[in-house]
Amino acid sequence: VSTVELLAGWGRTSPSAARVSKPNDAHEVEELLSNAGPRGVIGRGLGRSYGDAAQNAGGEVALMTGLDGIRAVDLEGATVTVDAGVSLDRLMKTLAPLGLWPPVSPGTRQVSVGGAIASDVHGKGHHRDGTFGSHVLSMELVTPGKGPMILTPDGTPEEFWATAGGMGLTGLVRAATLKMLRIQTTKIRVDSVRTPDLESTMAVMSERDRFYRYSVAWIDCLARGSSLGRSIVELGDHAEVDEIPAGARPGALVFRPPRPLPSPPWAPLNRWTIAAFNELWYRKARLGAKRHLVPASSFFHPLDGVVDWNRMYGRQGFVQYQFVLPDGEEKTLRRIIEELAGRRCASFLAVLKRFGEANPGPLSFPRTGWTLALDLPASTDGLGTLLDGMDSVVASGGGRVYLAKDSRLRPDLLESMYPELPRWREVRDRLDPDRVMCSDLARRLPALS
Amino acid sequence: MKDALGAVNSVLVLGGSSDIGAAIAAKLAAPRSAQVVLAGRDVKNLARAAESVSRAGAGRVETLHFDALETASHDDVLAAAAAIAGGDLDVVVIAFGVLGDQIVDEAGGEGAVRLAMTNYVGAVSAGLAAARLLRRQGHGCIVALSSVAGERVRRANFIYGSSKAGMDGFFQGLADSLEGTGVDVLIVRPGFVRTRMTEGRPPAPFATTAEEVASAAARGLQSGRPVVWVPPTLRLVFLVFRHLPRALWRRVPG
Repeated sequence: VSTVELLAGWGRTSPSAARVSKPNDAHEVEELLSNAGPRGVIGRGLGRSYGDAAQNAGGEVALMTGLDGIRAVDLEGATVTVDAGVSLDRLMKTLAPLGLWPPVSPGTRQVSVGGAIASDVHGKGHHRDGTFGSHVLSMELVTPGKGPMILTPDGTPEEFWATAGGMGLTGLVRAATLKMLRIQTTKIRVDSVRTPDLESTMAVMSERDRFYRYSVAWIDCLARGSSLGRSIVELGDHAEVDEIPAGARPGALVFRPPRPLPSPPWAPLNRWTIAAFNELWYRKARLGAKRHLVPASSFFHPLDGVVDWNRMYGRQGFVQYQFVLPDGEEKTLRRIIEELAGRRCASFLAVLKRFGEANPGPLSFPRTGWTLALDLPASTDGLGTLLDGMDSVVASGGGRVYLAKDSRLRPDLLESMYPELPRWREVRDRLDPDRVMCSDLARRLPALS
Repeated sequence: MKDALGAVNSVLVLGGSSDIGAAIAAKLAAPRSAQVVLAGRDVKNLARAAESVSRAGAGRVETLHFDALETASHDDVLAAAAAIAGGDLDVVVIAFGVLGDQIVDEAGGEGAVRLAMTNYVGAVSAGLAAARLLRRQGHGCIVALSSVAGERVRRANFIYGSSKAGMDGFFQGLADSLEGTGVDVLIVRPGFVRTRMTEGRPPAPFATTAEEVASAAARGLQSGRPVVWVPPTLRLVFLVFRHLPRALWRRVPG
């Protein structure tokens, strides 16, 4: 059973219509691929990709959330086998009480395991734990060319790493076995540091992040001059049971995030409200290092606190721009932040983080260096030209843009940003020789087709 | 595919030798070196337009035969253009149209009928053909070149004005019929545009240029607005004009 639906990414910018079906078992997934029409199929989870990665104009979209079983938990080995449609939210709620936590937490819990693999998502722990794909012990991939396959990083490294970060273009992930993290509480012990400028922000992160599992800086992108790059740096670790008050210890592993607030019916985000928010955010953190305990949900997923917060940008939606620049390109990073601040280009949240080492995935985004993520209203004047210019700066600095968030990259720069792309295409051609897997992202960036 | 900020990879212009059509193609194609197909009747003018679009930064530019009056061929022209573009058409611009000569056409001959057939019947046929193709794609945008002349038809050019009133209404309805299909319609309502088509005529107030029309169309595509007026003040001007008493309105000169 399929219906025609208009689908957009989380940024709500370029909707397109596709036939949507929701396979309920392994067999239906295989059937979907063998009966695909001329415009192909793409998998979709919870629709949190910002751009057009999980939509397929005129073709078929397989909504994978129908496959939602937690199949097996191995408490001793700290592993779990789940269907691809299971969300990290559900994984946390189910397994936190057993002392297990997903190895990588992106900024929202509302992503599916399949989506987390396809985008090879990262979190505040990347400098230490790497990407989501690095914790996948095995996965079941249904490919158009070779049917169902079991992929492991050791047994089938090429296929495995073409799929982790492969934006869903090698097939449909049906299930995966994940190595989980052991935790004693669902609290995070956080040290917050308020830094007065970019140099000190980067110094704090470079010198101190190795002592913490998690680190992130919230940059005030509107601060200029001597305050350019002023930030709140948050450094955190899972709190151990003896670090929380004795009275809270019996419920140390309870994970019950607060019910999200409804988003307002109008669109409150514009240049002025965003500026006010940035000021407030910066001031709210007390000066100097302060150690405190916070619930994991507010540390990892502040954005899950508001339902459909993406609607707050209004009808035209917003663009998320996230890039990474390798070490040694700190000046380039400064130039980009200067340009944004100079243009008063307001970003509701601007997040800076140091990445650790890259993994073998040809399309996996993270590599050693600095990553900056920005939310920009699509209605911003001249945004297309500004970001096209930033693409060139990032590419010539040896950096790249994150495809899971992209909705407007210059197509001619994709290959220089991802120099391993030809290698990825080779593997993809084996798994999908007839190009059954297709998405609007792949149409927009022809080097992926 | 159109990207989040309105940049496109392919553009088809029906009436590709028109100044406004070529200006829109040039404007839309430049950011991503898009593939452009200019379709029209006049081979020489098409070649000239293709050269200027190419100079403006388009990728491959091809020309194709298209005649608004040969309605039976419209589906084939659309399919051929898609094939040339290498897959999908991100934007189809309906830019063809004739201005006619009101005095001459009122007096007799084929002119009035030919104008109505081209500007209205041709637009209906091409508009539906484009809608069918873009619907199958699940995405795309139709840009329809209307005119303020159709907003309230005047004595001085009612043959042309009524044809534009008809096509404007058609595309409004088409837009509603395409809701939820991923296909958008942008109606562009320029005032007097200084082009080859209007050469020799005295410019009306609020006269504009093909480049300004193209910029307005590009902004409209990016923001997803259903209608743009060029220049934008004309929207307000016509808000007043629409309510002028008829005795006064019929005296407004051409």
